[in-house]
Amino acid sequence: MATIATTGTPIIMLDDFLVRAGLAGLGVVLAAGPLGCFVVWRRMAYFGDATAHAAILGVALSLGFGAPVYLGTLGVAIVMAWLVAHLAGRGEAVDTALGVLAHGALAVGLVAASFVPGLRNDLNAWLFGDILLVQPTDLAWVWGGALLVLGLLIWRWQAMVTATVNEELAMAAGINPARERLILTLAMAIIVAVAIRVVGALLVSALLVIPAAAARGIARSPEHMAVMATLIGAVSVGLGLIASLYADTPAGPSVIVAATAIFLCLLPLRRGLA
Amino acid sequence: MRAEITRPAPLIEARDLTVRLRGADQPILKDVSFNVLPGEIVTVVGPNGSGKSTLVRAVLGHVAAESGEVIRRKGLRIGYVPQRVHVDDRIPMSVRRFLSLPERVSDAEAGAALARTGVDGLQDRQITRLSGGQFQRVLLARALLHRPELLVLDEPTQGLDQPGIVAFYRLIEEIRRATGAAVLMVSHDLLVVMRASDHVICLNGHVCCHGTPQAVSEAPEYQALFGADSAQTLALYRHHHDHDHDGRGHHRHHGDAHHHA
Repeated sequence: MATIATTGTPIIMLDDFLVRAGLAGLGVVLAAGPLGCFVVWRRMAYFGDATAHAAILGVALSLGFGAPVYLGTLGVAIVMAWLVAHLAGRGEAVDTALGVLAHGALAVGLVAASFVPGLRNDLNAWLFGDILLVQPTDLAWVWGGALLVLGLLIWRWQAMVTATVNEELAMAAGINPARERLILTLAMAIIVAVAIRVVGALLVSALLVIPAAAARGIARSPEHMAVMATLIGAVSVGLGLIASLYADTPAGPSVIVAATAIFLCLLPLRRGLA
Repeated sequence: MRAEITRPAPLIEARDLTVRLRGADQPILKDVSFNVLPGEIVTVVGPNGSGKSTLVRAVLGHVAAESGEVIRRKGLRIGYVPQRVHVDDRIPMSVRRFLSLPERVSDAEAGAALARTGVDGLQDRQITRLSGGQFQRVLLARALLHRPELLVLDEPTQGLDQPGIVAFYRLIEEIRRATGAAVLMVSHDLLVVMRASDHVICLNGHVCCHGTPQAVSEAPEYQALFGADSAQTLALYRHHHDHDHDGRGHHRHHGDAHHHA
């Protein structure tokens, strides 16, 4: 009896945090798959970086002022996303402006974090995520945010794809491309805010871009690509967690390594498309 | 006594339209007025920067008028082929899927539209794998999907070779005949396009001259804009032209022996 109890308890704990980690990862990729497709189609990778890097500033500000971290991060991410979208809309030297914003935001965030006691030592968890430490509250945020983003994307799908293909065609069909861009911006800010605990600020945009880029090689339609990106993301989460468990590698980066490996494996298929 | 001819209400009526692009000193369009009547092919010609594309955008309501107005007939269905559509290779998109953006259409509707523009059978082909001519025909098919009363085409033959251009305009005339849709198009292809038009508007920020293709090609304003080439256009045009117009965009054929080269 006693032996069963002592061996039983750790197994249950293991299951518990692993299940939470798996669920958190799946929640993020559920929305990151289709959203990542738009990031690839619209060449918004830098945009994701800028928003994610600003999230570190959001974390520092929230912890510094004792505000709820998710709300604070979301607020700063939205402001940053709006700023970047505004610059991109004006179409002037966007590359440079985005570079300045993305790296500037990260640097300011890191400096701000150094003033917050407790965050200084904990910074790695925010930069690279700590999926194995995800709590039930985190799960609620992740799944809430992911379902909200997924809902937004499904609701606006036809209009967004049309506006992505050609803005003139979209306008002629009564679609307002600026509005669709704004919704994408908002979706991006939400995903960044809820995923920061899971994969961290530095790797959020990797989780958006890499599965979608991998899916491109095997996809024949926008919808197919979105579904495949989600599946590739889910497999990456699984592989990353397994690697983390058995080889004691950092979980967030392991997930991205798995996604990158899948991308490389699917690369040769790209040329075979008719 | 001649019966009173009642003219049909125009599909599009531009009245003293003036448009200024954001940040520009001068308006790109100044006091432009014209009509597009049902079933009529109206072509806008003009040099680069003359405001042709802006005119199209104003007709579609994509840019606001500074003064004047564009009146679209109530409930007017417009099919639109924009200038230089480029579908990025990053987005996987078959011809069939493209036709269902943003409104989903049935396979039968998609097939009928593609057949009308001569590219039926390309449904499963990826957009990025089409030739320039095929893609233009797919764009035209997409514009035809919702039974348009007016087709708006902005330089639809860009990137096509000479035979491709001639074939494309022949297709436009054929579609007009078959569907009765009016056509408003912007073009660079002076010679071919004028042969295919009922009414030509020569634009250079303002309307330099307009009227039947023949009248326009003879106008000094037109010849001043297009230089020595325009004289040749005129000669070729006359050579091939064996019908004339009553000046209001109505076609009148002399007898029934007429050929468009």
